[in-house]
Amino acid sequence: MADNQANLLQNEAAVTTVEAAEGFFRRLLNKNETVQEVVNWGRRWSFFQYPFVTACCGMEYMATAGPRYDYARFGAELPRFSPRQADLLMVVGTITHKQAPILRTVYEQMAEPKWVISFGVCASSGGFYRNYATVQGIDTIIPVDVYIPGCPPRPEAVLDAIMMLQDKVKQERRALLPVVK
Amino acid sequence: MSKEALERFTGHFKAQVIATHSDHGDDTAVVKRDRLVDMVTFLRDDPALAFELLSDVTAVDYLGVKEPRFEVVYHFYSVSKNHRLRIKVPLEEREPSLPSVVSLYKSALWMEREAFDLYGIVFEGHPDLRRILMYEEFEGHPLRKDYEMEHRQPRIPPRPGQSHL
Ligand code: SF4
Repeated sequence: MADNQANLLQNEAAVTTVEAAEGFFRRLLNKNETVQEVVNWGRRWSFFQYPFVTACCGMEYMATAGPRYDYARFGAELPRFSPRQADLLMVVGTITHKQAPILRTVYEQMAEPKWVISFGVCASSGGFYRNYATVQGIDTIIPVDVYIPGCPPRPEAVLDAIMMLQDKVKQERRALLPVVK
Repeated sequence: MSKEALERFTGHFKAQVIATHSDHGDDTAVVKRDRLVDMVTFLRDDPALAFELLSDVTAVDYLGVKEPRFEVVYHFYSVSKNHRLRIKVPLEEREPSLPSVVSLYKSALWMEREAFDLYGIVFEGHPDLRRILMYEEFEGHPLRKDYEMEHRQPRIPPRPGQSHL
């Protein structure tokens, strides 16, 4: 065995990745995997998020993005600051009635397929802000895929939510090409 | 902290001052609304007081607690003398208005707009008295005690099957 190959095998992470990729392509060749599954595999390992950050939860969002927790491990590497380039809308923080039209516009500007994570109790239910100003959960204005409880949620909860969303995308059966109605 | 400042102020405006106290070390004068601009000018320009900073303007709604219903509260701070003074102006419910002090302190610009937005206090002579936190279409003043607790004024309707309450 060549030296560089041996080095590669000593590196555990590299072995896992190589093996995973090998298994994946072998199954592909055996036609055990449908096209839909392959597409779902690609989608769930390359979330491009749009962080709609309005309040204190943003701190925990940044912690999750940072090197200690690092959601890049789940392929959700790059936040995009244009909704046109994103497929995962992360609503992080309190949404007021004043902002509600903006949030809905951002959601509508995102191209299909798209998913929404509601980050923290404020976004999920209004939290303790039961008052004239606050939207009582963003699901009253846009559809939500995964809710994260906590005020703010710990980074582990955020990673759990990303994994739950990955599971959800794995089950999905939706048109592979945009359907023009 | 600065009984002298309070005494100097009340000595100059005896006819205007309704009451004074220094609860918790916060020197406070309750004053009548008329001649407010004169009083604030004195606070700013008198060399012994020298209140260069108007650090807060806000309001309180005492509905069902005491009369008159509203009180507008000013907090002054002197950077050079390191002392503070609080001025309260009681206002009747039927006419919640008083002169603006924007011409004396620029910082009053947004703080008076906030008190107008949330309590409906009208500051006469304010150059731009618009809502600052709530949206233009919003009706009423949400921090008034008689604003319905469950009253919502959404800008967009909820999704089908959902409610904004
Ligand atoms: S859930 Fe808590 S931490 Fe998050 S935005 Fe609301 S108040 Fe802030």
